[in-house]
Order: sequence, then C-alpha cells, then structure tokens
Amino acid sequence: MGCAMPADQGGGAAFCLALPATAEGVRAALRQALTSPPLRRQSPAFRGAAELVLAEAMNNIVEHAYAGQPGRIELRMQPHAGGLAFLVTDWGRPMPGGALPPGNPPVLSAEADLPEGGFGWHLIRRLASGLDYRRIADRNVLRFDLLA
Amino acid sequence: MEIEARTQGDMLVVRVRQDRIDAAAAIQFKDRMREATQVGQGRVLLDLSQVAFLDSSGLGAVVAVRKSLGPDRPLELAGLTPTVEKVFRLTRMDSIFTIHPAVQDGLRNAG
Repeated sequence: MGCAMPADQGGGAAFCLALPATAEGVRAALRQALTSPPLRRQSPAFRGAAELVLAEAMNNIVEHAYAGQPGRIELRMQPHAGGLAFLVTDWGRPMPGGALPPGNPPVLSAEADLPEGGFGWHLIRRLASGLDYRRIADRNVLRFDLLA
Repeated sequence: MEIEARTQGDMLVVRVRQDRIDAAAAIQFKDRMREATQVGQGRVLLDLSQVAFLDSSGLGAVVAVRKSLGPDRPLELAGLTPTVEKVFRLTRMDSIFTIHPAVQDGLRNAG
C-alpha cells in the first residue's frame, strides 16, 4: 500500500506509511514506525508514548471511523525543533459532532462496574499536545505533536 | 498468544509469553486467561514482565479478566514494564489493582 501524500516538506527525515485499517495492520504499522528514522533514535519513554498515542488513534479509526469495514489509514511523521509532528488520515465516517471526544477519565466506581473501555482518548489527550481534528472533503485528518 | 500458568501455594501465577497485549490480541488474551484460571481458587498473579506494550484494548481485557474472576479471587499484577506502567497510571487503574514490582514480591504472602 503506497503513501499518496508527499512525504517530505523539506524538513528531512519525514515518514509516510499507508496501512489497512485492521488491528493487525495497526500492529505492523507501529512496528515499522518505531524502527524508522524519526522515532528510532528517540528515548525509550518518547517511543513508548508515541506507540501508545498512535495505537489509540489508529485503533479508534479501525473501530469507529471504518467500524469493521475495509479501509485505509495514512500515517505521517515529521521531526521539528520541539519533537515530532504526527498526521493521521482516514477516509471513514467523520467524528460524531465533528469534534474530538473530550477524553474524560473513565469513572472507576464499584468493582463490578469497572470500565473495560473509554480510555483511548483520555490517553491520547494526556500524552499528545496540539491536537487538531479536521474533516476535509471525505477525509478525517488528525494532527498532534509529541514533545521531546 | 501463549500464556503459562503454575500454582504456588494457593496462588496461581500466570505469565504472558508475548511482548504485547494490543487490540489484535485482546480477545485471545481473555480466552487464554479464562482457560488458565479454571484451576485453583486463590489469588491470581499476572506476570507482565515480558509485555512491553499494552494499549487501551489490552487494559480493558485485563479489567475484564479481573471482573470475571470475581471479588473472592483477586487478580494482582507483577513486573510492569515502563509503557505498561504508564497506561495503568494515566488511567488510574493502578489504584484498583495490587501491583507488585516483581513476581517474587507478589509471592511473599502466598500460603
């Protein structure tokens, strides 16, 4: 699966990858992204945060934007002075209400009612900065930074 | 997904022999854990020292296992690697689970 968008805007060492919107596709893409130049030389903590945020963002696309239907995700990474900029694009359904979920922490109430989901956007919001979501024509475009 | 279970006193120690519990592995993890915890009645200690990565789907699976074991058979955790520890801390699930630095620490109170 090729990456249709230009990979380098002049900043060097950019990364662009297209992947099938499946849980296995996300896993393979993470392996490739983590071993590629923009992330390979970062600290273990930075790489761990990047893997977590990317996993949550892309799993959400698999589960909600495409909801089990076949689809395509594009992941771009671009280094900048403060860290790395990430761009995740899909062609699935738009975010409900056209905005990112608030990502409130799930309420940890009684043992029997402990939540088994709803952690994804909370994790993304805790680890990433400069989150920006746009619906552009038939695409969802999510942009965020991870600061070194 | 490969997991390995052994009894130690009244405790069942289950070790995950895979480097990730992610969205692609969460259902399998729950199934394997259901099989492995058929034996024994005491505490279950989940050794995560070989798991380098766990996402929110993996976290949800661990919570589901804890709930299915019920209040009389608590699921405790040991050997969290840095990224896994971060997920438990950021979601405050570290306040729900008893977390031991290593399996040996969790075994101290085993009968």
